[in-house]
Amino acid sequence: MSDKQPTVTQATLVKKAAPKSDYKPADVSPQRRVQRTFAVRLWSIRHSRLLEWFYSRFADVFLLLHPLWKGIGYGRVEAPVKFVEKRVKGFMFDCRMCGQCVLSSTGMSCPMNCPKQLRNGPCGGVRANGNCEVEPDMPCVWVKAWEGSRNMVHGDKILDVQKPVDQSLRETSAWLRVTAQAAAARETTQNPGASA
Amino acid sequence: MNARQLDENPAGIHLPLDPLPGHTSRGRLERVLRRGEFAVTTELNPPDSADPEDVYNRAKIFDGWVDAINAVDASGANCHMSSVGICALLTRMGYAPIMQIACRDKNRIAIQGDVLGGAAMGVANMLCLTGDGVQAGDQPGAKPVFDLDSMSLLETIRIMRDNGKFLSGRKLTTPPQVFLGCAVNPFAPPYDFRPVHLGKKIAAGAQFAQTQYCFDVPMFKTFMQKARDLGHTEKLFLLCGVGPLASAKTAKWIRSNVPGIHIPDAVIKRLEGAQDQKKEGKQLCIDIINEVKEIPGVAGIHVMAYRQEEYVAEIVDESGVLKGRQPWQREIRRDDQIVAERLDHILHDEITETQVDMVKTAH
Repeated sequence: MSDKQPTVTQATLVKKAAPKSDYKPADVSPQRRVQRTFAVRLWSIRHSRLLEWFYSRFADVFLLLHPLWKGIGYGRVEAPVKFVEKRVKGFMFDCRMCGQCVLSSTGMSCPMNCPKQLRNGPCGGVRANGNCEVEPDMPCVWVKAWEGSRNMVHGDKILDVQKPVDQSLRETSAWLRVTAQAAAARETTQNPGASA
Repeated sequence: MNARQLDENPAGIHLPLDPLPGHTSRGRLERVLRRGEFAVTTELNPPDSADPEDVYNRAKIFDGWVDAINAVDASGANCHMSSVGICALLTRMGYAPIMQIACRDKNRIAIQGDVLGGAAMGVANMLCLTGDGVQAGDQPGAKPVFDLDSMSLLETIRIMRDNGKFLSGRKLTTPPQVFLGCAVNPFAPPYDFRPVHLGKKIAAGAQFAQTQYCFDVPMFKTFMQKARDLGHTEKLFLLCGVGPLASAKTAKWIRSNVPGIHIPDAVIKRLEGAQDQKKEGKQLCIDIINEVKEIPGVAGIHVMAYRQEEYVAEIVDESGVLKGRQPWQREIRRDDQIVAERLDHILHDEITETQVDMVKTAH
């Protein structure tokens, strides 16, 4: 037991990385420095038009499956769908599971990755190179969002004023919520008297 | 001296002004802007003390030179006296503060409470900001809140004012009457998004805007051109942020340490070449004001002279932006003045008055 290799924790990584770099901008913790790269997230933004097309097909499929979700019960499918959604969106967009996805309005750049979690546009502190004020190595989420939205068909949705985040919806599936809402809206338009 | 100043409530300087048609607030700044006058605002350096005199003394040097004073909300994420506290003191003395609200430190419950509290104290102008990240200030270990962002904050206060409701939909018995402002930074990327972003802020409720420090006039002109093309300047009063740089060294420090401030090389070169850098910094500020005041759509200037507050009056005076207009200034009230005139001698004269003598002199 005594000769067991010590496990490499985040703290050790931070400690190792901290003195190596002379580049220390004002007050950035070394914790940030060892965080992952942004390659996949940036790929998604570059391909925002493709993803927009895919997402609308995908939403249609989910809506088609509405009877299935309803049959099993939305409450019961929540856990497995959330499991998949969290991992897929986590890989693609570094999703933070706010539960109220606005990717289609933000050029496929997840605004919850902004250290200030701004959902309506960039703050005034964006660096001249287009990087974040708080995390100097990260490209500003909103600079990228603007680039991504310019490629999209409905890119001007970036101009809509977003409501503040409802914190009570954290860690819930946005896919299922949107599907349930779309299905409810479809029902009211098909037979408006029924819901009244 | 005895005549009442323009934009002052005759019943008391701390009281709100009469409501005017088309005005959303009962404050002085909105009146000045809507009259079409070139407005001047400035920023009060918040004290690190619990002494009200510190606030009064710092406000006094702006007397008669500015239309409104920004009460900053822990700017740069450094701890100072709160903006609510500063506003409470300033409104008592009849000043027109602009209460800054940053989303960094308070959630929506606290913010909506402060809006009501501020409006009740007579704060007529509120400026909605996102706020610097906590890493920029003296307490980098603090929890960043950012429950709302500047846009949803604008919308929240607009709903409170116009619909008389909290964000939750609960009704207010008396809605706050405020003039809503926002900040704009035309000098940070994404440059082509910035004018559009300002339009979004107008849609959310902004009525006036103050920009970040402007040191690059051509860049500002491009921004203003786009803003005019989008029709923003008709819907919002835009105040250009200006300020003196103390020296070339400070300018370099600001450039590399303060996020969002863009200082071109030409400015630093000009400061470096000067004999008296401080004087040159002031002159540079006046030159920039003279350039930006001519840009169509600029409704005023916002002078930020951090730790050089004593220069604000000179800068405003020498640039001539007021065109002879005298903004409101605190004066001795008429009744106080009469008392002072009649009784001042008792402070200096060594006389003992008796009732008998007083009767004799009265006849």
